[in-house]
Amino acid sequence: MELIFEISKPGRAAADIPASDVPTVNLENIIGSQYLREELELPEVAEIDLVRHYTNLSRRNFGVDLGFYPLGSCTMKYNPKINENTAALPGFTGLHPYAGAEFIQGNLQLMAEMQKYLSNIFGMAEFTLQPAAGAHGELTGVMMIKKYFEKKGQKRHMILIPDAAHGTNPASSALCGFEVRELKSNSEGGVDIEHLESLMTEDVAALMLTNPNTLGLFERNIEKVAAIVHGKGGLLYGDGANANAFLGKARPGDLGFDVIQLNLHKTFSTPHGGGGPGSGPVGVGQALVDFLPVPRVVKRDNQYAWSEDFPDSIGRVRAFYGNFSVIVKAYTYIRSLGAEGLKRATEMAVLNANYIKERLKTYFDLPYDRICMHECVFSGKKQVAESGVHTTDIAKCLIDYGYHPPTIYFPLIVPEAMMIEPTETESRETLDTFCDAMIAIAKEVRKNPEGVKNAPVTTPVSRLDEVLAARRPDVCWKES
Amino acid sequence: MDYCPHTSDDIAQMQSLIGISTLDELFADIPEQFRIKQIPDVPGALSEMETLSVLNGLAGKNNLTRLTLTGAGAYHHYIPAVVGHLIGRAEFYTAYTPYQAEISQGILQSIYEYQTMIARLTGTEIANASMYDGASAMAEAAVLCAKMSDRKKIIVARSVHPEYRKVLKTYSWANGYVVVESDYAPSGQIDMNELQRELDDQVAAVIIQSPNFFGVLEDVAPAAEVAHQKGAMLIAGFTDGTSLGVLKPAGASGADFVVGEGQSFGNPLNYGGPYLGIFAAREKFMRRIPGRLVGATVDKKGRRGFVLTLQTREQHIRREKATSNICSNEALCALAAGIYLAALGKNLKRLAELNIDKGQYLKNKLLELSGWKEVFSAPVYNEFVLRCPDARKVNEKLKQAGIIGGYDLQRDYPELENALLFCATEMISREDIDKVAAILR
Repeated sequence: MELIFEISKPGRAAADIPASDVPTVNLENIIGSQYLREELELPEVAEIDLVRHYTNLSRRNFGVDLGFYPLGSCTMKYNPKINENTAALPGFTGLHPYAGAEFIQGNLQLMAEMQKYLSNIFGMAEFTLQPAAGAHGELTGVMMIKKYFEKKGQKRHMILIPDAAHGTNPASSALCGFEVRELKSNSEGGVDIEHLESLMTEDVAALMLTNPNTLGLFERNIEKVAAIVHGKGGLLYGDGANANAFLGKARPGDLGFDVIQLNLHKTFSTPHGGGGPGSGPVGVGQALVDFLPVPRVVKRDNQYAWSEDFPDSIGRVRAFYGNFSVIVKAYTYIRSLGAEGLKRATEMAVLNANYIKERLKTYFDLPYDRICMHECVFSGKKQVAESGVHTTDIAKCLIDYGYHPPTIYFPLIVPEAMMIEPTETESRETLDTFCDAMIAIAKEVRKNPEGVKNAPVTTPVSRLDEVLAARRPDVCWKES
Repeated sequence: MDYCPHTSDDIAQMQSLIGISTLDELFADIPEQFRIKQIPDVPGALSEMETLSVLNGLAGKNNLTRLTLTGAGAYHHYIPAVVGHLIGRAEFYTAYTPYQAEISQGILQSIYEYQTMIARLTGTEIANASMYDGASAMAEAAVLCAKMSDRKKIIVARSVHPEYRKVLKTYSWANGYVVVESDYAPSGQIDMNELQRELDDQVAAVIIQSPNFFGVLEDVAPAAEVAHQKGAMLIAGFTDGTSLGVLKPAGASGADFVVGEGQSFGNPLNYGGPYLGIFAAREKFMRRIPGRLVGATVDKKGRRGFVLTLQTREQHIRREKATSNICSNEALCALAAGIYLAALGKNLKRLAELNIDKGQYLKNKLLELSGWKEVFSAPVYNEFVLRCPDARKVNEKLKQAGIIGGYDLQRDYPELENALLFCATEMISREDIDKVAAILR
């Protein structure tokens, strides 16, 4: 497909500018020529060309509204349309972030209630809604941990992270100056308790734990894990990427977590827009409340207001208050489902994952055969051994069947991993046809491995040369 | 409302295939003492109609004003109708990150086009797929400069947005870097003498913004020159992105990084977010910058296609050695920005000129009021600072008329007593401005 620059023609535009109703100034006099630009190289296209260009681009993209999207760890559930309508109410979209408290009581009430709901759902003392995404929330959480120990006068320079964890965990820790130590998983896919005991010293600030972990398995020894970490004065950090597995079933605060970050765009069903915006609220136990980022919503004399008067706060992690319209969508979702609905969502998500696991386990290697939570992880090693077909080939083949592939090659501790997260919003028919496709592919792998390696064949482009892209990076178009 | 399609029969059959008789058995791994029956203190389910009514009620508790005279990092611009229609396409809207390139060519190509437009607009060679917002983009650029140079000091102009400086301080503290603020001169620009005094061989980066928080245009080239003389980088921000329609971009004046808020390009005010951080840089930093990058390549048949590239910079490959921890960015906001810029094309220049016209008209009208004076002497874009006899009274009067007045600078600059930062965009008519002047007369 042509680039927008390639369909550009001088003299066209898709947006007009109103005539000025005030005197026109002379730029040279008012601004001065040294401050003015010479060229403005933007595409010049008519509105119809613009609309067709982006509409045709959209047709080369796959979203949840088009089909099943079992991308593990990303919780690609259906995004209810009412959420879009509420977030688009002019009373929300039109407000300037510096509008005074008199103008924004509705927004502040919504944010205060959202914080309260999240605190109740996760069993934490308090939440901040400021971080813009999950990884940003992690960074905020680790900063609070750093501040906590600074305040105590303790120099702790290490953070423990299981080998199955998301890459953002070690990256967020490193951004706060912590040294990362990798914690081994045991044969059941959980924390290796002995290894934890040997690593957990008074140099360790925290253990960052995803529970259920990235294998989709709940940490059975969570009480012991928390006791070991707390026993040495450390903190337990929870990566809430997998929160869809326990809404209304258990609360991280009760399990011993001191900090947890969420991803509203996963658990609370806000659309991810091709890579964002997300929202990454962070919840803390009582010991960390003073370190939450500012500003915080406070209520005085029945009026909500922003306050920066928290001297121990880590400060700000972004401008303004958070990805507000994403928060509106998640708030809408919580109110629609209610406490009972959230619990049912978790039950159905876990039921669906176990159903897929059972249906596929005779065809694909299942490294940890036990009840899973909201996602299940297979290995493609059987297919590699039999036919030299890799997980990436199976994923590409699924595309030809009309599905988005699962997350692949993650977690790193499972060779040729395929991480399948169906979510609760998919019907049994969808799960069945997906499983049928996976089984058909497993058979195809034996019969016609070369065909599978050639997939996808139904897409506008076939497999792309990533090595070339990295070796001779072309990230910005130049007219040839 | 509940979005789970299973019937009770479906559930029963699925349970039987799994080999369980109750759903509770699926949660047996949760130690019994921690299991809860119900989430406490979260209200019950609502129908769609009731949900809308609750949200309408909350939105109704806000007082929507048509007229906002504050910019200060968030700008009220007209958004052409095509932007909302196109970003609302479910294929874009309900997609995750484009990990599977063959079914993500739409979002990948749109990002490649966005990267190109942003690089051209900022006068640099490369731009990433977006950061969270202008403030975090600036902070990440500073952290990167410190890491690359192994220097621990960052100088930031006091005329940079106060909240951006706060975010910079948070990120710098976490990394063990020191932030030094450099004051402004009577012109409203950075005080070059003070900057030169503060610059030493421990400084990783100098950060300025142009237009700066006062709306004033900075002389980027001399700032870049003195920074480079001491081996420091120059990070240049901007406030209202539409200013780039007429202003010489910082990348053309020697800045190493150009970072800023992209909200002005097709994204509504939304009470502060979601917005998008623009992050552009010189080509030599391509393998060090944070965030996602889309690159062009070819498929097996030699057809052009696009992929996420140079991913070895990123957390999911490099973990603790990654250049940043960023994963999700603001893709849909960047898509809106790309569509907006493509829609306007060369008309971005006319839009910027109109903003200058409106700003000058508002400024001149306010200067007719008795006791009002200009505070800074350097040229401005669509924002400017005026000193008035009583800033609080001015904003109170405007508030009574449903108008959000100027940003009271004393909040962040104790010395700028009764100084208000005003903004006028194309959304404000001559009639509005005359009305404002009449209210304050």
